[in-house]
Amino acid sequence: MKKLKPEITVHFPNSFDEPFELGLFKNMLRIRRLEELCAELYTQEKIRGFLHLYIGEEAVATGVLSQARAKDNVIATYREHGHALLKGLSARSILAEMFGKRTGCCRGRGGSMHLFSKEHRFFGGQAIVGAGLPHAVGLALASEWLGEDRITFCFFGDGAVAEGQFHESLNLAALWKLPVLFCCENNFYGMGTAIERAQSQTNLVEKAKSYKIQGLSVDGMDVDAVVNGTRQALFWMQENKGPFFLELKTYRFRAHSMFDPDLYRSKEEVLQWKQRCPIEQKKKTLRQKGLLNNEKLLAIEKGIQDELSDAKTFAEASPFESPEDLYQFVYAGDGL
Amino acid sequence: MRISYREALKLGLREALTKNPNTFLIGEDVGAYGGSYAVSKGLLKEFGPHRVRDTPLSEAGFVGAGIGAALGGLHPIVEIMTINFSLLALDQIINSAAFMHHMSGGQLAVPLILRMTTGAGRQLGAQHSNSFEGWFAHIPGLIIFAPSSIEDARYSLEFALREQNPVLMVEHAQLLNDEDELPEKNTSYSLFSSNIRKTGDQITVVSFGANVKKCLAVADKLEKQNLSLEVIDLRILRPLQLELVFESVKKTHRLLLVDEGWLTGNLSAEIGIRVAEKFFDSLKCPILRIGKKEVPVPYSKHLEDLTLPQEEGIELAAREMLK
Repeated sequence: MKKLKPEITVHFPNSFDEPFELGLFKNMLRIRRLEELCAELYTQEKIRGFLHLYIGEEAVATGVLSQARAKDNVIATYREHGHALLKGLSARSILAEMFGKRTGCCRGRGGSMHLFSKEHRFFGGQAIVGAGLPHAVGLALASEWLGEDRITFCFFGDGAVAEGQFHESLNLAALWKLPVLFCCENNFYGMGTAIERAQSQTNLVEKAKSYKIQGLSVDGMDVDAVVNGTRQALFWMQENKGPFFLELKTYRFRAHSMFDPDLYRSKEEVLQWKQRCPIEQKKKTLRQKGLLNNEKLLAIEKGIQDELSDAKTFAEASPFESPEDLYQFVYAGDGL
Repeated sequence: MRISYREALKLGLREALTKNPNTFLIGEDVGAYGGSYAVSKGLLKEFGPHRVRDTPLSEAGFVGAGIGAALGGLHPIVEIMTINFSLLALDQIINSAAFMHHMSGGQLAVPLILRMTTGAGRQLGAQHSNSFEGWFAHIPGLIIFAPSSIEDARYSLEFALREQNPVLMVEHAQLLNDEDELPEKNTSYSLFSSNIRKTGDQITVVSFGANVKKCLAVADKLEKQNLSLEVIDLRILRPLQLELVFESVKKTHRLLLVDEGWLTGNLSAEIGIRVAEKFFDSLKCPILRIGKKEVPVPYSKHLEDLTLPQEEGIELAAREMLK
């Protein structure tokens, strides 16, 4: 498994308390089960459009966002159901959105790729690769300007690193010393193109360093490592006032989207990565530490199942937006 | 007070920066250089580098940052040096600024102002002579002001700042040095309407930006020969405000459109068809359009002149319509 070993793995002394550690496990499982449900609903044609699943990458959003506060800003990509859920959007509002219903977080205007919540400071749901990075720069500029204590967490994939907007944004954030935590979810493929075939420099931390941005690469399949890496990044940002680049090496177990026949990578490679499933790994260590037994596991699963079946029932029962409201939300304010 | 279009724009900027603490001007060379077209000259000294912020050459980056800052509670005024370079930020302007309010189901708003110089006529060659404002007018979610009078140059920013939407202000390079009397501020003044710049009753001439000048010159000339043209300045290109155009056509039954966009699919085509849909039966002659000739704008003076709408062509068309 040549790609697996990250260059740097930081381990803060592991000082997680029991509820926090079980919470990490539970949140990863919530994302996994939500995504499995989405896949099922997609095959039933209840969800349409593009659907990109986060299965395999759960430790990244879970670990990073375990360190985000309600007042912090989050921007994510089109593979963002899990990020939205962990930033506080209800499973109801997420599923209803994917059903295209009026009760969805974006009243059926967005869909799977465009989840937003002003209340939760979740700014998308960006389906143009790289487009969220400049927004993160601006959000951080605004929080600095207004004297607000916020970190802007900006998630993007390794594919975005080849976009011009990535380079423009890192430069601006470094130039203006803005509190953006750039979280690069490196799953080694930009859709079907392997990173070696897309990047002359595959060491992404080096790219950040060329903009004088401090960077760190962590094992994104190990939720504890992600938490520790994020804590280290936030600590650095607090001490030094400026952006930070966190690379999270991870792997998507499912195809790029529901339309992807997955022809560009070998079954063996996928299988090898699956053996490092972040949820199974965490389950194992929790059992070893005596924090998890079958009974507790069942209770967690039951809780998630209840949350998701409630969300599904809600989404199914919800009304569609009225056709008279087609022209709503083109312009903010009235008169236009 | 007699001032130039450029000075009127600067007065608007100064007022915006003075009155709105969460507004700032950002873009390439807006500060130390004084603005590529000298519109923001002196503002850096007055307001400091926090409020007048120079950027690297990163159009997508700083337009996107403007969107983010707008989402975060500020009201940025972003200067894109010219509309030609707006192409480098097109994704941010359309896919993000224009659509964010809608995609988020009305939760998020993007109060952002994008100022840019537009237009040809200075022998700058194809890459620096575009007029893409008609293109932008295709996009739901954008508001587009094309100030063409001194009054509009002075007050359009104030109107743009009242909006919670992304507003493009396209300032034609051929207007910057024009001088005129700045009228007293009228309480009923609004940019959300087209503007009758000269009344007449035989032909409705509709234009916007610097071409309004050419239309007015022709109208003045023909007036002396007892031919009466009504010149309407669109002023806002999206959402189109055509009430005054419709009223005028009801009176003149003739429509001439002058537009610096290439003829195929330009904004005049849209206005023409909307008028035809309503008034086809009552038109006394076919609707005529004068647009940019369908070539990239050439460098050589005589070729550039041939490419752009000119007074001679407008006059010829008007005479033809009145035959």
